[in-house]
Amino acid sequence: MANSFFNYFNYFTHFAYPKLFCAKIANTIFVKEKIKGKKAKSFLFGAIGGSGVGFINGFFGGGGGMLAVPLLNKGLKEEVKVSHATAILVILPITIVSSIFYGLNGHFNLQQTLFVGGGVLVGGIIGALLLKKLPAKIVGFVFAILMITAGVRMVV
Amino acid sequence: MNYILFIVIGLAGGILGGLGMGGGTLLIPLLVTFVGVSQHGAQMINLVAFIPMAIVALIIHFKNGLVKPKYILIISLPAIIFAIGASFLAFNTHPENLKRYFGIFLIVLGVYQLISLIIKSIINPSSPIFKIKPFSKSDLKKT
Repeated sequence: MANSFFNYFNYFTHFAYPKLFCAKIANTIFVKEKIKGKKAKSFLFGAIGGSGVGFINGFFGGGGGMLAVPLLNKGLKEEVKVSHATAILVILPITIVSSIFYGLNGHFNLQQTLFVGGGVLVGGIIGALLLKKLPAKIVGFVFAILMITAGVRMVV
Repeated sequence: MNYILFIVIGLAGGILGGLGMGGGTLLIPLLVTFVGVSQHGAQMINLVAFIPMAIVALIIHFKNGLVKPKYILIISLPAIIFAIGASFLAFNTHPENLKRYFGIFLIVLGVYQLISLIIKSIINPSSPIFKIKPFSKSDLKKT
């Protein structure tokens, strides 16, 4: 019903305002071209950013997520929550592949990995529950300072 | 006794990861400095420990409809190729040097986060790093 009504309305504008009609068509074509350009751009941006993320994650054995989130959020203009969730999906195959290569190179210790992995799994659940209760900015601030101090200790 | 330390470090890294702070970036320095794991070993532990957590988190996020699978093609495919190359580069780097590079990486990330937090609180003063709320009329209505 509503659709047919709008169709009728379109025909009406077609006859009554030919200039407007032409402008409308031109506009839709222009917008489509723009979207196409944007798609190609985001593809290129994603591929270049992705190779950076892969390099870091392979070389340092982590930290790819911290680059993938801003890549998705700021580079590809996704929502904050979507980019956090999608970053995990993007990192997972990279992590699996590079951990296979690390293991093949003889850096695997089953006991240590099991103990730390168990801790990480339990800690991850605790962290996710705490997420709603802690002020994000203070946590981010403290975490940034922790990272800098740990970094300085490792360099010196 | 040593394994309790491993579990505690895992817990700490997991909590930070669950908070969305990239737990691995602190898991590796903790393992290297406090329990004396080699840099390569710590990186391997971090990689493997991430996998089960990621799967659990992904299931929850998928249910909430927050995951966009198209990016697995755009981002992950080139990323995997570079990750393989980079891990071979890491194997051929001396652990001490790798540790130093990792430290530089951590400092860069930390400084970036600090700067972006400060910029955010300047642009959006309604939620500064340390909340100091000015008195407003809406506070009156609440009480």
